[in-house]
Amino acid sequence: MTSYTASIPNEGNINRVEFDNGIVLLIYENRAVQSVNITASLHAGSIYERPERSGLASLAASALLTGTQQRSFDEIHASLENIGAELSMRGHIHKLGLFGKALAEDLRPLLETANETLRYPTFPAEHFERLRGERLTWLQYSSFDTRYRAGKAMRQALYPASHPYHYGTYGDEQTIASINEADLSLFHAGHMGPDGMILVIVGDVDSEDAMQMVRETLGDWRNPEQSGVTRADFPEAPSGTERQTVLVPGKTQCDISMGALGPARGARDYLAAQIANSVLGEFGMMGRIGKSVREEQGLAYYAYSHLGGGHGPDPWIVSAGVNPDNVGKAIDSILAEIERLVSEAVSDEDLADNQSYFTGRLPLRLESNEGIASHIHAMESYNLGLNYLSEYRDMIYQITQDDVLGAAQHYLDPTNMVIAVAGPEPDGSAAESA
Amino acid sequence: MKSIMPQTTRHTLRNGLTVILKEVHSAPIISWWVGYKVGSRNEPTGKTGISHWVEHMMFKGTERFPAGALDREIDRAGGQWNAFTFMDYTMYFETLPADKIDIAMEAEADRMANAIFDPEETESERTVIISERQGLENQPTFWLAEEVRGAAFRVHGYHHEIIGDETDLRSMTRDDLYEHYRRHYCPANAVAVAVGAFDSAAMLAKIESLFGSIEARGAPELFARQEPSQQGERRVQVERPGKTAFYEICHRIPNAAHEDWVKLKVLDNVLSGSGGASDNKTSRLYQALVKTEIAAGVGAMIVPTIDPYLYSIIVTLRDERSPEEAEDVLLREIARLQRDGISGEELSKARKQAKAAFAYSTESVTEQAYWLAQSFVLDQEDWFDGYLDRLTGVTADDVLDVARRYLVPSQRVVGILQPTDPEAEGD
Repeated sequence: MTSYTASIPNEGNINRVEFDNGIVLLIYENRAVQSVNITASLHAGSIYERPERSGLASLAASALLTGTQQRSFDEIHASLENIGAELSMRGHIHKLGLFGKALAEDLRPLLETANETLRYPTFPAEHFERLRGERLTWLQYSSFDTRYRAGKAMRQALYPASHPYHYGTYGDEQTIASINEADLSLFHAGHMGPDGMILVIVGDVDSEDAMQMVRETLGDWRNPEQSGVTRADFPEAPSGTERQTVLVPGKTQCDISMGALGPARGARDYLAAQIANSVLGEFGMMGRIGKSVREEQGLAYYAYSHLGGGHGPDPWIVSAGVNPDNVGKAIDSILAEIERLVSEAVSDEDLADNQSYFTGRLPLRLESNEGIASHIHAMESYNLGLNYLSEYRDMIYQITQDDVLGAAQHYLDPTNMVIAVAGPEPDGSAAESA
Repeated sequence: MKSIMPQTTRHTLRNGLTVILKEVHSAPIISWWVGYKVGSRNEPTGKTGISHWVEHMMFKGTERFPAGALDREIDRAGGQWNAFTFMDYTMYFETLPADKIDIAMEAEADRMANAIFDPEETESERTVIISERQGLENQPTFWLAEEVRGAAFRVHGYHHEIIGDETDLRSMTRDDLYEHYRRHYCPANAVAVAVGAFDSAAMLAKIESLFGSIEARGAPELFARQEPSQQGERRVQVERPGKTAFYEICHRIPNAAHEDWVKLKVLDNVLSGSGGASDNKTSRLYQALVKTEIAAGVGAMIVPTIDPYLYSIIVTLRDERSPEEAEDVLLREIARLQRDGISGEELSKARKQAKAAFAYSTESVTEQAYWLAQSFVLDQEDWFDGYLDRLTGVTADDVLDVARRYLVPSQRVVGILQPTDPEAEGD
């Protein structure tokens, strides 16, 4: 059997190279599979767009694959699909994310297409109009999606209009209608470049060969116009409970989205907050919230909490889907669990269970190329150090009950949260609660 | 192709339990599955959704593992576990660090025979399941799928959604559920699969010790009604508040065991591109519908089933484009396929994509175990090991042949989801 300790990605088995154009390349050989995965990021997310152009970064990311100076839309996609490869680009808040996958024998054509589409896009007008139409259709469809509407209302209430997190990466019908091809070209010229790019390659490849391929493709990329990095500040936390109601006609169920400002990935108490979140709405069957709302009261199929944690103040979210008659009861139950989390230290058993859960699940998360690449990318992107995974167990077991209580109190306050509900016309309790 | 698939072994315990084992030592993980050959296909009117509800009740405890105990045990071990109900089967799985797999094996052996079905827990779960259905109803496409399946299958159990009809979810009793469980959850109707870092002989001995003493009963007679042949095209229309229209066209196709199924799989690859890269922009339907700005998206579904089912294509219309436009294009593409067949280039692409897609979909022990469990349900021993050879053995003539025989108007079911003005709701 392969030694697991030896196979955890660490600075001894990850090949890390910094190119002189600013690209950081990390390669991990995974000989147990037949494929290869590339995961990359550039500083070109929605944080670099103006509110009146909301959605520009994600449209630009999608449009990279619609035509280049060398090849047409059909030629690009034929070159990928003929070898069963995937390549996609997606605009997130801080970064543009690139994801690619191919049989290991096809790493070179995959990298060549990634290089060409990142550096030489032409944003052909006919494809831009098509993409815009597809985006508008998606937005129209989502405007009738209760989960989307509740999440959007929560986000807009939690972050002021001056904050980049107020806006979704997909924009809205007005802003998408106002964007043109020139906006895409300008955004590309100003923000897409090699400086700060992280590229991770994981799969059945030889490190030296892969490094040479990257050198021959992306190695000479330069963009002197590329802007500097923008960060997101912490906004003011909500004072008092802010409730939002969104009526979505013709629906059977309401979606609840409750939010507070959570820690950034680099925060000192990030891992303690993650354990607090797990106790609240993840561990076992959706934590304490799942036990109360689903298991004991039978109010919902899903009721859970989630804490992301990226480059800025991502929200700490509780989500639930309930019958309109049960909205008030579900919200009260969730608030009671949050109150308990911030007023009582978790038990010895809760802490031990979650420490075991956090450390024990690592092998499963590192089984696939995607899982390995995602962890290596996070270690580089958040400056965690390449031995982070090796040291992870010790970090988790150093967390105390006071740490968990402190983190919960730092970020959560049941009397200062945003509570958004989206669903059908309330017939009594839903309206009052929401 | 480098083999990542060492030998699969099959065994049958004296009580009838089928065991499938495959050692994979690339990571210190084991995926453990127990599947039962019962699903929504086997549910009579009045009991729709019972298989799925029983699946929920399996998480509500036994004497040895009370409700919630295993949730904590499995998470504490760093594992993942879940279950799902399909039309043809119900699957339970746990993937865990190899040194912690015993708890999962003990749990599955225990709940094969000893689930409690506490009356209070049953009532509490009734509202959870109704909530699950109501969550699905919030998606307009759920209503379309339910109507299309209902129109396609008048007699056969494929006619209702796996979640079941709300009227049945409100009327079924604890005893109905328990009877369904006792009848179908027995070794002769089940398969146990392990894939991962273990020694096969030791694993088999462990399975024997845990499951060997479970009472042997003959495989249950499964409720199943044969669908009569379809006598001409069927159409349904659904109207829901919203702004987006959908168009779905289905054709009857044979079951997974039939030699034509894999030919239709290649046909689908050429038409919709599914089975290869995630978003196939060179496929015929993307080119004809999305690139021409009639649709915002197009997808297709061909799933392996025990009985003949449907090959479905679903189109998301762009604003101000009509389902009729999508239908015209689709029918033209089908006619072109039936007239000209596919090119050698398209066949080569389909083969390469099949190879890649198979590699991607079998890289985790969890996915491999699922494939093997599915082979038992479909009565196809080489479903997994022979899949790629079968797929790459399909010729252009085969695709032309199945296009002409199956994509015919008389065996067609069409569904349209027409959005209605939300402001007019209730007027």
